[in-house]
Amino acid sequence: MTRITMTVDGATVSDDVAPRTLLVHYLRETLGKTGTVVGCDTSNCGACTVHLDGQSVKSCNVLAVQADGAEATTIEGLASDGELHPVQRAFHECHALQCGYCTPGMIMQSVDLLAENPDPSEEQIRIGLEGNLCRCTGYQNIVEAVRTAAKEVRS
Amino acid sequence: MTAVEEAPVAEIGRDRRRKEDQRLITGRTRWTDNITLPGMLHVAMVRSPFAHARIVGIDTSEAASSPNVTAVFTGADFGEELGACINAWPITPDQVTPAHSPMPADRVAFAGEIVAVVVARTATAARDAAELVDVDYEELPAALDLKEAATADETGGPIAHPDLGTNKSALWVFDSADAGTGGDVEEAIAKARADGVVIEREFRQQRLIPAFMEPRSVVVDPTGEQLTMWSATQIPHIVRFALAATTGVPESKIRVIAPDVGGGFGGKLQTTPEEWVVWALARRLGKPVKYTETRSESLVAGHHGRDQWQKLTLSAEKDGTVTGLKVELLADLGAYVAVVGGGVPVLGAFMFNAIYKFPAYHFACQTVLTNKTWTDAYRGAGRPEATFGIERMMDELAAELGVDPLEVREKNWIGHEEFPFTTVAGLEYDSGNYEAATALAKEKFGYAELRAEQRRRRESGDPVQLGIGVSTFTEMCGLAPSRVLGSLDYGAGGWEHASVRMLATGTVEVITGASAHGQGHETAFSQIVADRLGVPFEAVEVLHGDTQIAAKGLDTYGSRSLVVGGEALVRASDKVIAKAKLVAAHLLEASVDDIEFSAGRFNVRGTGQGMAIGEIAAAVFAAHDLPDDMEPSLDSDATYDPVNFSYPHGTHLCAMEVDTETGAVRMRKYTCVDDVGTVINPLIVAGQVHGGLVQGIAQALWEEAVYDDAGTLVSGSFVDYLLPTAADTIDFDLGHTVTPSLTNSLGTKGVGEAGTIASTPAVVNAVVDAVRHLGVDDVRMPCTPQRVWQAIQAAAATEGASR
Repeated sequence: MTRITMTVDGATVSDDVAPRTLLVHYLRETLGKTGTVVGCDTSNCGACTVHLDGQSVKSCNVLAVQADGAEATTIEGLASDGELHPVQRAFHECHALQCGYCTPGMIMQSVDLLAENPDPSEEQIRIGLEGNLCRCTGYQNIVEAVRTAAKEVRS
Repeated sequence: MTAVEEAPVAEIGRDRRRKEDQRLITGRTRWTDNITLPGMLHVAMVRSPFAHARIVGIDTSEAASSPNVTAVFTGADFGEELGACINAWPITPDQVTPAHSPMPADRVAFAGEIVAVVVARTATAARDAAELVDVDYEELPAALDLKEAATADETGGPIAHPDLGTNKSALWVFDSADAGTGGDVEEAIAKARADGVVIEREFRQQRLIPAFMEPRSVVVDPTGEQLTMWSATQIPHIVRFALAATTGVPESKIRVIAPDVGGGFGGKLQTTPEEWVVWALARRLGKPVKYTETRSESLVAGHHGRDQWQKLTLSAEKDGTVTGLKVELLADLGAYVAVVGGGVPVLGAFMFNAIYKFPAYHFACQTVLTNKTWTDAYRGAGRPEATFGIERMMDELAAELGVDPLEVREKNWIGHEEFPFTTVAGLEYDSGNYEAATALAKEKFGYAELRAEQRRRRESGDPVQLGIGVSTFTEMCGLAPSRVLGSLDYGAGGWEHASVRMLATGTVEVITGASAHGQGHETAFSQIVADRLGVPFEAVEVLHGDTQIAAKGLDTYGSRSLVVGGEALVRASDKVIAKAKLVAAHLLEASVDDIEFSAGRFNVRGTGQGMAIGEIAAAVFAAHDLPDDMEPSLDSDATYDPVNFSYPHGTHLCAMEVDTETGAVRMRKYTCVDDVGTVINPLIVAGQVHGGLVQGIAQALWEEAVYDDAGTLVSGSFVDYLLPTAADTIDFDLGHTVTPSLTNSLGTKGVGEAGTIASTPAVVNAVVDAVRHLGVDDVRMPCTPQRVWQAIQAAAATEGASR
């Protein structure tokens, strides 16, 4: 077992973990951060996307021990002081989710995309979300939501 | 109290944002895999790597002695308590149906079948130990190719279940001459061969995987008097029924909960071996047990969809008037006849004739057992297959006659003044307006302009050619009238249940037997009830997906929730109003005949006197002053059995660019005008259409479950099974016409499957249209660059040879 200490959604956590433990399993099973989900085993679907030190990562593709000392943000820590993040609001406004399973990862990736490019074109949004699969929405409203959020963040 | 009050905005038709979203966008979710219970044990499955093999022996000793392992079981450790996976729809009385044990003890019939289970304190320990289970298999010849399996009786080829002696499960036939719904199709074809047009084609419906985003998961808690199962399922009520029917536990002792469920698309319309095994383990061990599949397990063991060969013969007069349609299908069931199983292609029997006035029709479907993953419903279930077949054929007819594909359709479709119309398949279409939907679609699409561009590109010899694909589809939704299901030998009815409970503090609890998994029922059903009862949208709470709360129901599939479940809601609401009216009359000291109900208030006609429905609910709760003989309750139930299916329709137009040098295809434009009847929430309807379109387009262009010669699924992960991403898709241009259904109060028709059913042939027709001048008349799905390129090369070779 290896001792890790990190900040998750603003709280300091410290645990002994088996070295092979994936970050997503640490988040879900040890910390109870079940808002982050697992959709595949091959890092294709992006449902498990979280932020690690401000960058989006697929948490099924990161070992918990690699996150030692890092600051992680999950979908559960995105809203601040009860105020939804503009991307969360836009997903609701634009009906960018149906079953909602891909949504945590899709929102976290969208936040990351807008951090890198605050004014993305439709094509840039589509390419920026290529690593996140959604089976319900056909992506159209997700793209619309990212555009809407981009406008709000810029203004 | 004033008589004149501002009328509230109608909820029906309003683009309400969803009630469901708040939890889902903040991660406050209840997926089955999130559930943790005290003392809970975890399961890992040992699955067969062989498509067909005898289990010679299983050595579990090393696994059983691994750290933190509680127990290891094989099929031999269980008797009847394991139950069986059921087929609820034997399509013929003589259907050949293999016994389907959730964990067979002697022989596996597809790669992925469960042969042993490890139960441990953690999921990791279970999975580690599962690697140590040593199974000795004797490999058997596997029936893999659908056509070869269908003729194995004659050829002596491999039999999927040797004890059955055949791979042929059932032959289901409909003939319009026998049924009295039309003429003799052989006569029509013979006549057309003499002095008309006969189009003969064979199409392949490739095997698909539903690929819902949430892997299936099941938790069983046996520690209460009622055993509770949480399952990522579309059908908690049917699962409960089937558990009781097959495992010997009384139905009254079973509670099934579908908590948040992450998509289904038919793929969670199943009674699964995984559910049955976990059920047995929890009962045996007396502890809560959880199993969550990996994605690869999901792809290999969750049921697949489609997989047909379609041999189609269409006859017409020289002017394009269709005279007959003959449909001969081979449908791959996979290794077992699943819960709906052979019924899926049979649903297509009623849809091949589509919106056209065929005077003669023959449909025959042979279902076939193979040693591949079992197949069952996938979004559209039987209707996409039929729609693909007929819409491809109508394009082929147009090409043969040298006329516009919309022209040949218009010549043959049911005119809007001809409804109600009884089809050659025996269904009565209540309403529709194909002319209006097509006119709007052409205008939005810019049909004439795109045809002009297509001509220019042809003339200039542009290496990138443009093709335009048409699909004027209809579907049968709102499954289903129980009498019709009975006549087709389905094992259950098609009704739906709803309850409306008026709470004393002014809110309304609505319970539906439909079981949403992303559709937005909580929002749309709130809108319906808010309108009906005249209460605020926010005051309505919709509960579902738990058999102890929603005690009756037949769940969600087949675009039935709104059409059937919504009507049940309307009827339960009306019963509440009828009861409240008696109380209102009593409390207002008026005659019942003088009470008018409007916008949530019961008013005494011609006076300013009235009471709100909430006030009456409070008065009934107190029960201090009610009419004599009246029970102190407004709460009401309704169980609605539909009288007919509903028939959404629409016109979809697709423009595809095809690079004739590389075979690469690119979607240029997609316009659809759908007529789904009355729209409750346009935002939700658009979302359903978008998602449906992409699933249908994905069948046309990308997705296929591929097996190797040994029967191993080689597209067994998301690396290999090609789901479209945001970068693969475009923005779609949506429109609507509204021809309300005449068979339910709200005029709704259902929308969940429309996009998927309509889009596949529109896309393939467009691809073929782009290269038809090169001699291509079909491209097998998925239309990958390789297949498109090969089709062009093959056509060129044929043209060269014939020159």
